[in-house]
Amino acid sequence: MGLLDQRFENGNVFITSLDGLLNWARLSSLWQMQFGLACCAIEMMAASASNFDIMRFGIIPRATPRQVDVMFVAGTVTIKMASRIKRLYDQMSEPRYIISMGSCATCGGPYWEHGYHVLKGVDRVIPVDVYIPGCPPRPEALLEGIMKLQEKVRKESLLKKRA
Amino acid sequence: MLTEFGKALIFIFLGVIFVIIGLFAAGLLRPRRPYPEKNATYECGEEPVGSAWIRLNVRFYVIALIFLIFDIEVAVLLPWALVYRQFALFGFLEMAVFLVILFVGYAYVWLKGDLNWDKPKPEIPGVKRTIVNDEEVDNMDVFVDDDEMTE
Repeated sequence: MGLLDQRFENGNVFITSLDGLLNWARLSSLWQMQFGLACCAIEMMAASASNFDIMRFGIIPRATPRQVDVMFVAGTVTIKMASRIKRLYDQMSEPRYIISMGSCATCGGPYWEHGYHVLKGVDRVIPVDVYIPGCPPRPEALLEGIMKLQEKVRKESLLKKRA
Repeated sequence: MLTEFGKALIFIFLGVIFVIIGLFAAGLLRPRRPYPEKNATYECGEEPVGSAWIRLNVRFYVIALIFLIFDIEVAVLLPWALVYRQFALFGFLEMAVFLVILFVGYAYVWLKGDLNWDKPKPEIPGVKRTIVNDEEVDNMDVFVDDDEMTE
C-alpha cells in the first residue's frame, strides 16, 4: 500500500489541497514519544501538566515508537544512549520528527569540552528538525519549538515527489 | 420499528465499516518504506535478544485455569450478595449448590496435586529395550521412551 505516497508531480490543484488537509491533520495530532533523558525531561513533564498543557496541540504521549510522530530528545545524550536513540528513531513510523530540546541534546551543552561520555549533539546520529536552546529550556520554549515544528509540517508535502 | 437487537446490529455494522474505512484510508495514505531496523522488535531501544516465541511452562496454564474458576466465583458472589434479601432461602440454596460444585472441583484439583508447583516426574509406561531383532521391534505395541534409553 502507500498508494498516494510521493507519487504525484507538482502543480496539481487537487493534490495541493489534499496535502493541505493531510498536513493540517498531522500537525494537529503530533503524538509524542514518552521518553526523557535528563533534567530537560522535567521541563517536558511541566509542559505536559495543566499549566502549559501541550495536549491542546494534540500532543499525546505514547509508549511505543510505532504510534509516534515526534520525539523530544530531552536531555543529555550519553554515548551509550546514542545507539538506543538511533534504534528508537528507526522504529518510529514515518513521517517522523525530532525536536532536540536543550543545549545537551543540541551540542553537548556543559559537557561540550570535558564530557568524555556525552554525544556532542544528537544530530550526529539522527536528523533533527527543531533545536530548542536553553539549559534547560522553559516549557514556553518547548511550546515555541512545537509551533515551529507545526509550521514545518504545514509546508511539507507527503504526496508530491521529492526533488 | 427497530428492536433492541436491531440497534445492536446497526452498531456491529458501523463498527465493521469504521474499521474497514480506517484500514483503507491508512493504507492509502501511509508511507511504506520498511527496512530491517524499522521492522525490528521494539524492546525499549535495546537490541532484541532471541525469539519472542518463547515456550511458557504449561504449569502456568493449569494455575491460570484454576484461578479463573474462583475469579468467576467471586464475580458471581458479589451481585448475589447484593440481591440476597430478595431471593432469601431459594437464592441461598442456589448459591450453595454452585459453591459445592466448585469446592468439589477444588478438592479434586488439590488431591490431584495440580496446586503444587513442584511435580514429581511423570512415570511414562515403557519397557527397557532388550530386543535386538528389528521385526520384533516393529511388532511391539508398547511405547518405548527414547529418553529412558539414554539415561
